[in-house]
This record gives sequence, C-alpha cells and structure tokens, in this order.
Amino acid sequence: MMRNPLKRFWPGLWMVGLLSSVASVQAVEITITCGPSGSDVEFCLKHAQAWATKTGHTIKNFSPPTSPTEKLALYRQLFAAKSGDIDVVQIDTVWPGLLKDHLMDLKPYSKGIEAEHFPAIIANNSVNGKLLGMPWYTDAGLLYYRKDLLQKYGLRVPQTWEELTQSAAKVQAGERAKGDSDFHGFVFQAKAYEGLTCNALEWVGGQGGGTVVNPDGEITIRNAQAAKAFNLAASWIGTISPTGVLNYEEEEARGVFQNANALFMRNWPYAWSLLQKNDSLVKGKVGVAKLPGNPSAAALGGWQLGVSKYSKHPDIAADLVMHMTSATVQKTRAIHGSYNPTMPALYKDKDVLEANEFMGALAEVFANSVARPTTATGLKYPQVSQSFWNAAHEVMSKRSTGDEAVVKLESRLKQIRRKHW
Amino acid sequence: MNSRVKTAWLFLAPMVLLMLVVAVWPLARSIWFSFTDININDISAAEFVGWENYFGDYGLFFNPSDEGGFWAGDWGISIRNTFSFAVVSVILETLTGLGVALLLNQEFKGRGLVRTAVLVPWAIPTIVSAKMWGWMLNDQFGVINNYLMALGLISQKIAWTAEPAYALWTVVLVDVWKTTPFMALLILAALQTVPKDCYEAARVDGVHPLRVFWKITLPLIRQPLLVAIVFRLLDSLRVFDLIYVLTANGSTTISMSGFVRREMVEYGNMGYGSAASTSLFLIILLTAIIFLKLAKVKLSEDAK
Amino acid sequence: MKTRSSWTTAFIYAASALVVLVSVYPFVYAISTSLKTGTALFNTELFPAHADLRNYHALFEGVQPFGKSLVNSIMVAVLTVGFAMLMGVTAAYALGRIRFKGKGLLLICILGVSMFPQVAVLSGMFELIQWLGIYNKACGLVLPYTIFTLPFTVWILTTFMRELPMELEEAAIMDGCGPLRIIFQVFMPLLWPALVSTGLLAFIGAWNEFMFALTFVVNDTERTVPVAISLIAGATAFEIPWGTIMAGSVIVTVPLLLLVFFFQKRIVSGLTAGAVKG
Repeated sequence: MMRNPLKRFWPGLWMVGLLSSVASVQAVEITITCGPSGSDVEFCLKHAQAWATKTGHTIKNFSPPTSPTEKLALYRQLFAAKSGDIDVVQIDTVWPGLLKDHLMDLKPYSKGIEAEHFPAIIANNSVNGKLLGMPWYTDAGLLYYRKDLLQKYGLRVPQTWEELTQSAAKVQAGERAKGDSDFHGFVFQAKAYEGLTCNALEWVGGQGGGTVVNPDGEITIRNAQAAKAFNLAASWIGTISPTGVLNYEEEEARGVFQNANALFMRNWPYAWSLLQKNDSLVKGKVGVAKLPGNPSAAALGGWQLGVSKYSKHPDIAADLVMHMTSATVQKTRAIHGSYNPTMPALYKDKDVLEANEFMGALAEVFANSVARPTTATGLKYPQVSQSFWNAAHEVMSKRSTGDEAVVKLESRLKQIRRKHW
Repeated sequence: MNSRVKTAWLFLAPMVLLMLVVAVWPLARSIWFSFTDININDISAAEFVGWENYFGDYGLFFNPSDEGGFWAGDWGISIRNTFSFAVVSVILETLTGLGVALLLNQEFKGRGLVRTAVLVPWAIPTIVSAKMWGWMLNDQFGVINNYLMALGLISQKIAWTAEPAYALWTVVLVDVWKTTPFMALLILAALQTVPKDCYEAARVDGVHPLRVFWKITLPLIRQPLLVAIVFRLLDSLRVFDLIYVLTANGSTTISMSGFVRREMVEYGNMGYGSAASTSLFLIILLTAIIFLKLAKVKLSEDAK
Repeated sequence: MKTRSSWTTAFIYAASALVVLVSVYPFVYAISTSLKTGTALFNTELFPAHADLRNYHALFEGVQPFGKSLVNSIMVAVLTVGFAMLMGVTAAYALGRIRFKGKGLLLICILGVSMFPQVAVLSGMFELIQWLGIYNKACGLVLPYTIFTLPFTVWILTTFMRELPMELEEAAIMDGCGPLRIIFQVFMPLLWPALVSTGLLAFIGAWNEFMFALTFVVNDTERTVPVAISLIAGATAFEIPWGTIMAGSVIVTVPLLLLVFFFQKRIVSGLTAGAVKG
C-alpha cells in the first residue's frame, strides 16, 4: 500500500531530478561589483543573491575602491587586459562615453523596458545607438535646510545663490550671538575631487554660465558669469562656511549638518534617511528643496548597471542586470535606502512617497538636471573634470581670482582637447 | 682561472637574465611607449608619434600653450613639489638622524630600549604610517589639532593635509619621522667604527666637544654619510605611496611619480605618461651623477 | 669610564625620552583607536573607556577578505625572499670571489637597476604581466618585486662573500668540492647572518610594496595587505571607518615589529655592510 502513492509521484520526481541536473550543469558564477560597504551588501548583494536563488546560479561580489576615480581606473585596467573577471559593473553617470568600447549593448535583452525609465538617463547611457547601461538609481544635488531656523528668522527658501549667502550670514550671526560658536551658514563639498565638479557646475550653471564644455564640444567656461560664480563661492570660505570645507566630501558635510551646526547643506538624496534617524540632532527639522539658481542647476548623478564585453556569460549577466533594475527591486531600494528610482511611475507610488516625502517633488528636479559634459568630451572627461575642480579649488583657497581661473582653465582645456575631443 | 670565470658567468646567468626580463625589458618598452600615442582604451591601436609627447604642441617640455610658463603647468608643478619634498626631507632626516645617532653613541642605562624604540617608525609599513598620521592630523577629530588648541598655539583647527600651505610640509614631516631611524642606524654604525683613541686624544688636549665633532667625527664618517644621503635622496625623488595615501593628490602635493600614475592609469594616456616616467628616470639619473661627482664619493672596491 | 656632568646626563635622558615618545606614540595611538567604536572614535583620549575588539571582528567578518589578503602578502613575501636569496647567493659568489672582466661595470648596472623609479617601468611591466598571464594574481607580483629586491640582495651578499677567508675555499677546492658545494656547505654557516639580514630587508620590502600591488592586482581575493588597508570601507559608500582601518594597520605591523626586534643587530649589520665599507 505504501508504494502506490510514490508510484504516482515517480514521473514528477524524475522531471524534477532531470531539470535540477540540467540547471546545475548550467549554473554559472556571475561576478557583480556590489562593493564592500554595509549598504552595498544590504541593498545590492541581497537582491543579486535573491536572483541567484531563483535562477540557480551563484553570485560573487567584487569590491572596487570606494572613490569613483579609482573605480574608473580599475575598470579601465581590467578592460585593457580584456579580463573576464567581472561580468556586471556599476557605472557612474559620466562613464558610458568613456567605456563605450568595453560594454555590451543591452538593447537585445531589455526588450523595450527602457521606455519606462527617465528619457534623459536613457539618452545619457546610449552611445551610437547602443544602450550601454540600464539605469540603477539616480541622483541630483539638493539643498537641505533647517525648517525651524528659516521660520525663526522669517526667511524663505533661497531662490538664488546670492539670497542663500545673505540668509546664511544672517542666521549664522544670530546663532553665534546666542553662543553657538560652532554654527555655520552653509556646508558643501569643496575637496579637490569629482564632487567639487558637481558643486561647481551647480554654481556656474545657476548663474547662467553654461556647462564648461557644451554638447557641441566648444569650450564655454570663459565667461563673466562663471567667474562671478567662482568668486561668490570663494567668498563663503571662512565667512558662512568653515575653512575645512576645502577638504570635505559628502560625509563630512553631512556630519556638520546632522550635528545641528549648519543652516544649509548641499548634498545628494542619500543623506535624507540618515538625517531622520534617531541619533540625528536634526530629525524632523529638515526640509529639502531644489538648489538656488536662475536657472536652478542640479548636477545629475546616479549609477547604471552594465555588462562587460569580455564576460564569459553575457546572456546570464544581462538577465541579472534586468532583474536588478526592475521596478520591484528599485521600489524596495527606494523605500528602505532612499535610492532614487529611475522610473517616473515610481514617483507616484504610495509606499515610496510615504517613506520619502520629498521624492514627489524630486521628479521635477531629475527631469531638469544638468549633465556633466561627458558626451562631448568622451575619453578625455577625467582630465576635463580634474582641471575644472582644480580651478574651482584654487579660487576657493584664494590662490587665484575667478577671472584668472576661467582664463587659465580655458587654456588648459584647449591643451587637453588637442586637435579634437 | 678560465674555468672559474666560466663558473662565474654560469652562476650569474640566471640573475642577469632575470634582470633583463624584469627590469631592462619593461624599461625599454616604457621608453618605446613614450614615442607612441598608446592609450589604455585600446593598447593595440598605438601609433608612432616621435617626439610629440616630449616636445610637441602639447608635450611635456617647451609647451607653447602652457599659460603661466613651464613651472606653473602640471608637470612643472610636480617636479617642483618632488624636489622641494626630497631636499627638505633629506636635510631634516640627516640632521635628526645625526642627532639620534650621536645620542645612541653615548653610553647610558636604557640605551638598548631607546634603540629598539627608534626602530618602530621604520618597521611600520608606509601605508600604515600614512593612515596613522592621517588620522592624527584629521582636521575634525585629530589628536594633534586637539593638543595644539588645548595648548593655545592655534585658534582654529587646521586641515593639515588639505590646506595648500601645509600639505606638502605635512608629508615631509611624516617622511622624516619614518626614515630617521634608517639614517640614524647607518650613521651610528659609521660612528662606531671611529677609533676611540681619537676622542681620547682630543679630550686630553682639552678640545671643545663641538670642535671635536666638526673636525674629527664628521670627516671620519663622511663617506658612509654621503652614501646614505645619496640613497635617501634618490629614494625621495621617487616618492609615491605617502603622498597618494595622505593627501588628495591634487596640484599642491602631487609628485612626479604621482603625475605619471595619474596620466597612465586615471587618464589612460599611456604614451604621455611613459614620456613623463622616462623623463623622471633621466632626472633621477642626472641628480645621482651630479651629486656623486660633487661629493666625490667612491662606489666600488675590489675583493682582497 | 669618562665622567660626565650631571647636566649632560640629564640632557641625554631627556632627549632619549623625547625620541622614544615621538617614535612610539603614533603606533600606540593607532592601537588605542583600534579599540574604540562609534562615537568614542571622536574622543582623543589615549586609553579608551570601553575598549573592545569589535573592529578586529569587523575586519575579518566583513565583505572584504582581509584574512585572505594577509595570506596573499605572506605568500608573495616568502616567494620573493626565496627567489632573491637563491639567485642572490649564486650571483654573489661569482661577484665576490672570482675576478673577471666587466665585474665592476656589472655591479654598477645592478645598482643602477635599484635606482629605477617604479613608475618608469609601470607601462612596460603592465604589458609583460598580461602577456605572461599573471595579471590579477597575487603570485604574479613576485616577478616585479625582484626588481628592487635582487639588486640590494646581490650587493650586500657580495660584500659579505668578499670577506670570507680564501683558505676555507682553497681547502675545499683541494678536497675536490665544486662551486655549488662550496657555497652551500662550506660558506653557508658563515653566511647565515648575512642571509638573515638581507632576507629580512627583502621581506619587509615585499610586504610594504604598494604601487605595483595597487596596479597589477585588482580582485579583492588576490590583493595584498597594503592595498587592502587603503581600501577598507565602512557602512556607507562615503564613510571612512577609522577604527577598522587602525585595527588592520595594527595587525599588519605587529609581525614586522616582532621580526625587527628579534633581528635588530642583523639588520643593522646588513644595512651597514654596503654603506660603511663603500
């Protein structure tokens, strides 16, 4: 009697056995550059491993250096060696033009789903008709402010950089008079690195000074508005911003703002969830708005996922990319990690808005963000960026004036361009 | 004798072969690359461009589009930084090394302990030194800023590794801390070969200790001291790790090696970077020759 | 025993105290930092109120394989030393005990190689390593490391070889020993101190090397310890985890310190052999 039930299941068991053996024969290891930090493991590796469980493959995590400049250097070396060590790579917004010879076209695998993402980002990731990266999450520079302090001093959210300077000076003077000697008006990122390029682009763009190199490849930085933007920023050092800001990256600025020692902060959206944690001294007192400027220029950031041309399992890697950039995964990352989705539809999603109240207003910011001049400068972008941030840093550390800096910058860019980009 | 000479070459063959493969070939290759426009994006697409990387329109030297002159351009700045760093560093190391060696040459209780302690900075890997000092010099949480403020010597916390005025000298400080033991040990060994009767005779004659040092000690340790200085000087000109890890590697502190690596690895201009690295090699060679000629140092000696 | 004024003695002790403090304080502070976590890190006291080993645990349990990096470093350093010793000893015998034309020139050339800025061979070496297929493997680093280990190994061992008495060698030759036997059986007991000092210097050099390790090895499972330390990451992409970094630094330094303390005298004699005699 015991045998009968088993006999019925036998063919089923055979099928399962056959299928699993087939799957295990084809199971491959896909290497993805999720990264080493705690949040990388939580918000990247976990999803990759969920995919692995579903498909029967395995995931290997690769930890690149945290600095984007070093990441890029590493990828370029690996690609130069035509190494198949990494299958799926995280690409910065500014890299598709640089790495175009080494990334696989994802159009055959996306099957049209790119229509659901922000067109600007898809355009950024497409070079010569090939889709080199699926949007993973997006970023744009934001102005964080202390709601309570603006209310106390009867000020509104500044619409221009000059207004920001005045408001910051007023509040800083007031707070310091009350005995808070560590209070500053405005903190941001002014260390000599890519983050400064973003900040400086926002100042220059916000004064109507253009984007350093325009999409046609012309060098447009040498103009009065750009010089004015640099001079204004230099005037903040030591007055409304601490001198140490010349060595600040994102975390240092956040540290000062989170300890209730600043009125304004320029930072990426990631800071929001950290500012609302229980150990934050400004919990519940923070507002977020688009950056001042006429026009308001927010640097476009964000990361994409691409597949290396030298991968040994391109199809499977592409499948992983599609999974990681799907709406479900993006929604989870938005709710728990404040990673901005790249799909307009998610900005109207109830759950997402409940977790991050400011994301609703952000859709407009992303649609109007300013891309760094990577399409025009292609392979030479790293040098262009470095010259730009060095010029900004020189003016801010009072080693040069805005006018001198833009002249010098133009000649340096000409040297970099040589005969053509 | 003949068979011995044959044996000699047989024994030397593996080493010479290895040197050729591992040192001479890559150097030759790098020099070759400097005459091409090779880029990291596609190594096989390199084309011969002659002297363009060195003297062309956008080359390293005599560049017409360099606004502000050669010494204000990136390559010129890196040369200035490297030489400033090397010269100041070696001078300070020699002075402190000399001081420590003279101290250790005295006999006193606990001398062994001091000698052991002095070795600590030298034993610590450069990266670790850089990280340790970076942490101590941190502008927000660093212990050095804390102490200086507590002592009233500064009114505001200083960003030692970021502020243009201080960054390079901070690196010099860390380098001196790290390499003083090396100099001290070399000088100490040299001091210990000086025969004690010289000092005895001088003491009996009532010569002032400073004159003893100047007229007796120094000339006797001159040779080994100069060898040590030349070694350290050439080493300092090659500095990379310390500046890379301790500072933001921007234009105020970038060294020649840092410039080369940035060009080759971050910008991908392997040809231009190779031209810079070849120039660096030649500059170091030239410095070595000039210094050795000036100081009249004898290098080799035959077996007994 | 010469007499000294009490002023001089006091000065000597004060100077010694200062020297010891300056030499040792940074490392002691690093150890102290490695025992602090969270907000305690921003407090600059030397003896932490709540010392614990959490940073050390985090180092080995995190996503980055620090333990593997240690193994890689040990392997690379040991291989480099072995390689250098073997070739160095045989070459030093030839250079130190046999007279032949071109010896002086060869010695200068070898010295010249150690003057190469590492960066000058970077692009050529990159190509060579790829071509040999050892790119991105820890063992592949042994080849570039011989560039800077072999020259000073050969120089120091040559100097020692020169000092060994001719009578020993002549006696051995009369007994019918070939050159290899002479080196490895007759000279070896006398050569031990020199081998130890050069081996140590080579080990320390290979252990500390950064630029080649940064450029030629990218996988975190293949990395060596100096690069691993410079890349330690924290909870978010922007954070710098000072406690963990200091913990890694301490772990990496302790073996070197122990080696250096035990073999102090040997290292000094090794370093000075070339300089003082030259």
